[in-house]
Amino acid sequence: MTTIIPFGPQHPVLPEPIHFKLTIEDERVIEALPAIGYVHRGLEALVNIKDFKQMTQVVERVCGICSAMHGMCYCMGIEDLMGIEVPKKAKYLRTIWTELHRLHSHLLWFGLYADSFGFESLFMQFWRIRERVMDINEATAGSRVIISVNAIGGVTRDISDEHKNWILSTLKDIKAELTDLGKVILQDYTVKKRTVGVGVLTEAEAYELGAAGPMARGSGVAIDIRQLKYGAFEDLDFAPCVEYGGDCYSRAKVRYREMLQSIDVVREAIEKIPKSGELAAKVTGFPKGEVITRIEQPRGECVYYIRSDGTKFLNRCRIRTPSFANIPAVTSILKGARLADVPVIILSMDPCISCTER
Amino acid sequence: MAILAHDIELSSLMQQVVQMHEDGYRFLTITVDELDEDTVELIYHFDKDLRLRNLRLITPKDEKIPSISPIYTAAFLAENEAEDLFKVHFEGLKIDYKSTLYYDGYDDEHVLKMPYCRISTTSSLDGAPKVSTQTKENKEETAQ
Repeated sequence: MTTIIPFGPQHPVLPEPIHFKLTIEDERVIEALPAIGYVHRGLEALVNIKDFKQMTQVVERVCGICSAMHGMCYCMGIEDLMGIEVPKKAKYLRTIWTELHRLHSHLLWFGLYADSFGFESLFMQFWRIRERVMDINEATAGSRVIISVNAIGGVTRDISDEHKNWILSTLKDIKAELTDLGKVILQDYTVKKRTVGVGVLTEAEAYELGAAGPMARGSGVAIDIRQLKYGAFEDLDFAPCVEYGGDCYSRAKVRYREMLQSIDVVREAIEKIPKSGELAAKVTGFPKGEVITRIEQPRGECVYYIRSDGTKFLNRCRIRTPSFANIPAVTSILKGARLADVPVIILSMDPCISCTER
Repeated sequence: MAILAHDIELSSLMQQVVQMHEDGYRFLTITVDELDEDTVELIYHFDKDLRLRNLRLITPKDEKIPSISPIYTAAFLAENEAEDLFKVHFEGLKIDYKSTLYYDGYDDEHVLKMPYCRISTTSSLDGAPKVSTQTKENKEETAQ
């Protein structure tokens, strides 16, 4: 017998509104149809009333989890159009803040992931650690979420030597705690029972369906925009974390490895950051032309297309967020899944509806 | 400064996209922009080994554009979004929301029904849309 179950939009395993119309036969999903648009904000259209400098603050509000990455990607595009050479120190500072964002985003996700299969104590452990990263954001940038450190030409703040030492010692503690929690999230019998072999996306499907970030890398597609060496990555060691299982467990493993990798990147960046130098280059004139910039966010590749005719206002600012790109892939893997696994599968994509509904 | 994009005609769109698919490119997204009241520009973005390739199509707004979703399934969401936001029309969409991706639906008075409120859209003289919101409560008040 066929039944249609509306999954969402009110708190479907995560507090953001997304809806899946699930057609099920007995316990199996035979078709899934996604629906978005419950909180669409039309931020791209704000280019008509906000000038190109004000748009930096607008794009930071596309997402509350990776705000610094949106700001950085947008600024990189405008700098490219205006031929601005960003000071090396600013590149390092941007990289430090964006990798801290990746770390706290993945910690947030691990909490929700544990909660999706009822492991509430683990949820609290991950979120407890996340608070320490948020403390770093607050101490170094002045706020926990929208940290507003990016400006066209560079950054608006510096990190003091005292704070750098404190960040290094905090990250060392976090790494030790993550190593302990890794034994639970990756080796626990119950967790593996709920995630191994669940929601399998093959490498070919991931590539074909345009999956991004850990969703693609968990299926063996080694795409990470940090390989393009933006920001300080031109000087730092980096290789993408790739797993080959294609299931929820593999996607979690990619994110776990990326958390440890982000800690290493921040540590290396703090060691190599120039001791002195400008924080931002001077900006004169208006951007003219069109450009595409890409950045690796916690959920995957984010694409900005910017076009300007040399006036104060841009003609177009198109934002392709990774959650938007991952919806076709998650819709595909829901087919054939058990109804009880649907929350875990949807969460394994790390859906950010704030990004999707930009 | 301009991005590297191959200008294509509407008649050769599908052929070009099939070629992209055969060459192993993955679909990224579609950027749509209104050039004037009657013309739209679509830039199809593809990627292979971190190298971008773009196809630029300029077409009249009322022209039906063949959907590339039968070749790249991932394109159905971007095409549905373009239909909603730019009122362009795609033919042969694999999943067609019929301009309701972002909205629950229009009625005859162009009222959008959302879970928490109803939004009416009217056009001003200069063509810029004006949006007013009406909650269930204030709708009842207005009726009284």
